[in-house]
Amino acid sequence: MIANLLILFEAPALGLQLLIDGILIGAVFALAAYGMALVWGVTNIVNVCQGEFVMLGGLVTVLCAEQGVPPLLAVPLAAAALYALGWILFQTVIVHLLGRDMFNSVLATFGIAIVMQQLMARGFGGADRIAESGLGSWFFFDGLVGIAKIKLVVFAACITLGVALALFLARSRQGQAIRATAQSPRAAEVLGIETRKVYGLTYALNAAICGVAGGLASMAYTVHPYSGLSYTIRSFMIVVVAGLGNLAGVVWAALGLGVAESFAGFILGPQYQIAFVFALLVAVLVTRNWRLKAKRRYLK
Amino acid sequence: MGRASSLTPSRLLLLGALLACGVVAPLLFPAYQSQLTELLIFIVFALAWDLVGGQMGYNSFGNVLFVGLGMYVSAIVQVGLFYDVGLYTEAKGGGTEFVFDADQFLAGLAFGLPAAALISALAAWLLGSLVLSMRGHYFAICTLGLGIAAGQVAAGIPWIGAGSGMLTPNPPADLGDVGLLLYYLALGLAVTCMLTFAWLLSTRFGLALNAIRDDEDKAEAMGLNTHAAKVTAWVIAAAFLGMAGAIYGNVVRFIDPVETAFAGATIGAWMILMALLGGKGTLLGPIVGAIVFQLTKELFLTFLLGWQRVALGVLIVAVAVFFPSGIVGFVNDRLRTRERAGEQGP
Repeated sequence: MIANLLILFEAPALGLQLLIDGILIGAVFALAAYGMALVWGVTNIVNVCQGEFVMLGGLVTVLCAEQGVPPLLAVPLAAAALYALGWILFQTVIVHLLGRDMFNSVLATFGIAIVMQQLMARGFGGADRIAESGLGSWFFFDGLVGIAKIKLVVFAACITLGVALALFLARSRQGQAIRATAQSPRAAEVLGIETRKVYGLTYALNAAICGVAGGLASMAYTVHPYSGLSYTIRSFMIVVVAGLGNLAGVVWAALGLGVAESFAGFILGPQYQIAFVFALLVAVLVTRNWRLKAKRRYLK
Repeated sequence: MGRASSLTPSRLLLLGALLACGVVAPLLFPAYQSQLTELLIFIVFALAWDLVGGQMGYNSFGNVLFVGLGMYVSAIVQVGLFYDVGLYTEAKGGGTEFVFDADQFLAGLAFGLPAAALISALAAWLLGSLVLSMRGHYFAICTLGLGIAAGQVAAGIPWIGAGSGMLTPNPPADLGDVGLLLYYLALGLAVTCMLTFAWLLSTRFGLALNAIRDDEDKAEAMGLNTHAAKVTAWVIAAAFLGMAGAIYGNVVRFIDPVETAFAGATIGAWMILMALLGGKGTLLGPIVGAIVFQLTKELFLTFLLGWQRVALGVLIVAVAVFFPSGIVGFVNDRLRTRERAGEQGP
């Protein structure tokens, strides 16, 4: 561990590599977290199967790529498939959870996550998968720093989609309906918005966003049926740090998490990277609690 | 809701009858001995989850943390009393040099099980003040993360076998039926757990837990030391979970860090399902739930081989969405409506 730290000090270029890698993966986290914040804000449900949506999007893309579809074209297919899945899940399960105890919604979506994990493991096998893009890498500093071109493509696509989403929510009628429902479901209903449809749209849209995030991620990073939960935890953590309805915060938190994870993976060793994510979650929540407590004391 | 937990004579009689059934069950159905042992362990899991989740309203998704901790601590003590743990795990518990005679095996269990309970309780105490001040989503997701993180950390420590897991000591041949011994240990633990919880819930402490569940701020405003009550309940639950995990580790023999010890997506989710299926926040509920769950699990295993985990996941979703009051809650509701109908009758 300390040896790894020393390497970092001796070769600053390596630090640059880790920084770039972290920022590039951070965009994928931002997309998944944005979807979670959307569902959380609108329906007050924390979607525990978020990560499984991401993994399924990735696996659909990998599957299409193996059938000869260019991966970038397979991503919209993954989005469409996930949109349909999200809509079906909403109609069968999520609609019953609206307005219910948070425990029920967490447990039910956790159950969905378990079912999806098992089905994906059965359908696709338990191996790490990646959709080969066939793009090479650029190298800088005598080959010390390498950037896979596909990671840049993924990064750019994530940013584009994020901007498109923000515009959709800000400008379009549907987006305004979603925001109105998030602010006050009753008032929205009085004004003629069919809130149930909005909830369904939001949930399906979130699934599609995850599908895109997963599809894009599968071109540069491995996907695995059982690693969905870590994406859920990352999304949750990012939303907690940023706060609901804070898009800029989500982006910064996601990029920060990506960088932190990339450095931790190098310093602690890759086998502890996931453990680091979970430990960071606990740290974030404990810090949040302390700050809340301090605020409460101040009010007294 | 009445105090469903007080020990009336009729309840004691029922408990005695159940205990008698428990004592003779493995002798009557020797073929199902391991399933029965598992059932008793699951009863403890469900009861311990319900003490914090159902009675106190803190829905933990990471109780596997204490189960896995207990499993590992017990295995380490059982081995470590006589051999070097690192060498033992390196040899995958096999080889000729790691043999436990009857005395050593029993001494290992005698020290391992209490140590498991103790360390789990200690971990709960340390974590308690950090985690238990969170509420709602934050507590649920935080505990979920803790359970998974523990598995990842355990899978990275070579001393306890890292990702390839650890074996509990091989029971010596001259000890006879070790499965039966583990069964009676599990029975003892399950009965102790039931009686302890029944007693706890009949005291002021039980009322304090329910008050925290119903409205924590009001409970605090009324002068209850909610923090102390929460940590105490969490520590008690962890001690039982740790010891149950230790016995479970000896039943399954092979401790995989992610698949058996810190299995959030199987055992961790199942214990919630059991408590919910039977009836959250009741003493009888988790027991009924564990029995129904174990039967369902075995049926799924027989008829849906390979798909049983999918089926159990679907069951979790179905129960959470359509049957959240559980069997005991459902029966109670029925009885209440019948009573009301009787009062209004002609």
